[in-house]
Amino acid sequence: MPPGDQRLRIQPVEVELRRLQRRFHDMVAVHDLSLVVGRGEFFTFLGPSGCGKTTTLRMIAGLLQPDVGEIFFDGRSVTGTPPWERNIGMVFQNYALWPHMTVFDNVAFGLVERKVERGAIPGLVEGALSLVGLEGLGHRLPSQLSGGQQQRVALARAVVIQPALLLLDEPLSNLDARLRVQMRNELVKLQQQLGITTIYVTHDQEEALMLSTRIAVMHRGHLVQLGTPQEVYERPADAFVADFLGGANFLSGTIRGVSGADVTVSLQSGATLRASAARNPEAQPGDSVTVCLRPESLELVEPGSPPGSANVLDGTVRMRNYLGWVMACEVELTGGVAVRVQTTTPRAHLRFTEGGPVAVRFHPEDVLLLKNAS
Amino acid sequence: MSVPVSHPAPAPLPLSARWRTSVDPGHAALAAILFVILGVFVVLPIGAVLKIALTSDSGGLTLAHLARFFTNPLYVESLINSLLAGFWTVAIGTVLALPLAFIVARYDFPGRMLIVTLSTLPLVLPPFVGAIALVQVFGRAGTVTLLLQDLFGIHVNVMQGLRGIILAQALHFFPFIFLTVTTALMNVDRSLEEMGQMMGARGWRLLRRVVFPLVLPAYAAGALLTFVKAVDDIGTPFILNFKNMLGPQAYLRITTVGRDDVDGYVICVVMVVLSIACVLLSNWIVSRREYATLQTGARSPEGGRALTGWRKAAAPGLCALVLGIALLPHAGVVVMSFSRIWSLTYLPSAYTLNNYAEIFLRAPRFVVNTLLYSVGAALLGVVIAAAIAYLLQRGRVPGKGLLDAVAMMPIALPGVVIGVGFLRVFYNMTLPGTETSLASTWMIFVLAYMVRRLPYALRASHAALHQVHASLEDAAAVGGAPRVRAFRRVVLPLILGGVVAGGVLVFITSAVEFSTTITLVSRIEQSPLSYGIYIYSQSPLGRGAAAALGVVAIVIVALGTYLANRLSGRGRMAFTL
Repeated sequence: MPPGDQRLRIQPVEVELRRLQRRFHDMVAVHDLSLVVGRGEFFTFLGPSGCGKTTTLRMIAGLLQPDVGEIFFDGRSVTGTPPWERNIGMVFQNYALWPHMTVFDNVAFGLVERKVERGAIPGLVEGALSLVGLEGLGHRLPSQLSGGQQQRVALARAVVIQPALLLLDEPLSNLDARLRVQMRNELVKLQQQLGITTIYVTHDQEEALMLSTRIAVMHRGHLVQLGTPQEVYERPADAFVADFLGGANFLSGTIRGVSGADVTVSLQSGATLRASAARNPEAQPGDSVTVCLRPESLELVEPGSPPGSANVLDGTVRMRNYLGWVMACEVELTGGVAVRVQTTTPRAHLRFTEGGPVAVRFHPEDVLLLKNAS
Repeated sequence: MSVPVSHPAPAPLPLSARWRTSVDPGHAALAAILFVILGVFVVLPIGAVLKIALTSDSGGLTLAHLARFFTNPLYVESLINSLLAGFWTVAIGTVLALPLAFIVARYDFPGRMLIVTLSTLPLVLPPFVGAIALVQVFGRAGTVTLLLQDLFGIHVNVMQGLRGIILAQALHFFPFIFLTVTTALMNVDRSLEEMGQMMGARGWRLLRRVVFPLVLPAYAAGALLTFVKAVDDIGTPFILNFKNMLGPQAYLRITTVGRDDVDGYVICVVMVVLSIACVLLSNWIVSRREYATLQTGARSPEGGRALTGWRKAAAPGLCALVLGIALLPHAGVVVMSFSRIWSLTYLPSAYTLNNYAEIFLRAPRFVVNTLLYSVGAALLGVVIAAAIAYLLQRGRVPGKGLLDAVAMMPIALPGVVIGVGFLRVFYNMTLPGTETSLASTWMIFVLAYMVRRLPYALRASHAALHQVHASLEDAAAVGGAPRVRAFRRVVLPLILGGVVAGGVLVFITSAVEFSTTITLVSRIEQSPLSYGIYIYSQSPLGRGAAAALGVVAIVIVALGTYLANRLSGRGRMAFTL
């Protein structure tokens, strides 16, 4: 255990957002947002740019005021509290290290502002630096560090003040792919070690799925879904979530009947498919639905299955992208709808060539039915 | 358990909330104060000039005065002379600057950086100071004139009339072209040239088809700036006593015929139109130049190609020749400042320190006034500029764009126009509690200089603040620093160098300001050194003292330029995101 660890005594906080709303000019950036982030949780706001996730984070930090709504830390309203009184650690997308200060001074900044006893500062700073693996680099200027090191300084600066809450605004987006994966792992370790309530903002679904205890998926200022990584991936609330997390093919259909373990759906193209009733408990006969199929759950098979076979759809290979470890295909189904198919065993499927006939097959458990708004 | 969330209808926003998000009351108050200051000291003076020039006797809007301008032979001649001076200054400046720029940007040779440094020196010397020396060198009884006469029996007076003005201005302003073109050449992606070479263009064809088009916008901007400066400069015509030009005519109408004479204001309007046209044209050309600067990849490295053969000697030789001519006025001024008698000889026949005793001991007011006015203008300008820059980049208040536009306006206003406008507005305005006209106090100089050079300070503040990403302030706030402390610990240290550099720029340009000065000077006791130079130079016996004041001006400007470069230097402020 690094020596700095004993020094950092974090009292994690519970964060509640109640009906937060914020607009910029005519655009509503955050729309009636309510949720609770539990003590010690690693909570992620996930969504495309402009979805309101960073605006939300900045409101939690106090850098922006909500137009409507309140924010509570441990049940105490902090809505009007300025950022410097919220006891928050924050890592910015561009790290925001002060270029005129050394690494030491950057990390010590918050301690100085908190009037920590002068003699205690070097120990605390060195402790925080060793926590992120930068011991002994205190005398450097930020410009003398690599991107990954700057990232770590930003992290040390955020946690050295023993904040009740850690806010991370796309902290990994400026790193190259390899470093990003490494930092991701270190971030998880650090968060668990400190037990600090952490709110993370990203547009990267992989980061969100890997890091988070829970994910809030946002779209155009709305909270679209809130759940564990598994929940949002396996049971997306709507087509947007399904497509944003992992990607999906969408087909229109109508539920014909529900019997025992099976839900029968007829597609617009006339074909019929079976879905698992366990995965689609809300399915009602007559519902107009969007059938959602993950590319990786589709399998390429020989065409010409006996008529009436469920969950086999004939089509033509339109495009084939061979990447070695996976192969992605675009198949145009009879009836004109195109679907993406991804297989992790490319060699077994090389016989399906572009322009040639093919069929796609899938299990009823992999069929997700999203009810269309009436 | 997954929780799909429904979207209830949005609660209507209370009015107060909408107000809170768009405007910060502190920012609004600051903006209001700045609007009042700029309104009184920028809009009012220029508005007064326009109003008089465009108002008929009955009070309606009219172009009749302007039309009459073109029927007055003296004015038309003045306009033509001003245009000619501008045109030939640009032409001669181009001939001096372009070869120098291409050699310096493309080739590596000993003394290259020295040439770059020396070539900025002419900027240091106000053109009217150089004019005094040029008379002594090229004038009727100048060193070179005498040499030519003695050696070849030819007598030419280059400094006669318009020719002299053009020569003085070209030698002074050519660095504007040199610097813009050199920078552009160094920024041109070398691969573009290499592409041209691979396509088969070489030598002259490569220059003409690839390089020239790429640096043309920069050249045009530098040339237009030179043109504006040449038309704006009324010091040189005054020193050389050739007054049939726009600036001197505007000045003469106002000061000799009277403040109510319409013609003076009409000439001002003509100058403003000319100047604004050039600035707009320049902005338009520069805004279209993305294609030259967006190229990333390898910029020309610090060292260019090596020279071979005869070119090895020719290139530095050519540079030295051009610079030698351009630096002649400087040398002349220095020699003159130590001369007691310099008449009809190549060099002075007797030397003295008396000229310095004159300006420092017997009549120190010129230097003292200059320091007072320029420091005042710099301090005032820096504070106002920093406030505008802050509002513009961080402010949550409507109308900040207009604030910026008004503050930048003086860049297109000739100095004499600012002077005339100030005179018009503030002559009848008395200091509170006294009978003294504001226009007759020393403060008028501080204010006029501040307004005239505000764009410089604003640009510097802008650039400095631009380096400070807003997230640096956010990080300080989250880190526990309230607004004022965050400003003191994070923003201020980061912008200080750039802002002070802007102040130094205001200071040095104010110290050698002539056009506005001559319009506003009402008593000799108030006059700064630029006017002192003019007064001294009017008598043969005063030329030495004028030159000594010129040396003081050179020293002030040289030191200031050095300081400004040091302060705004990259170094630790290289913070890019």
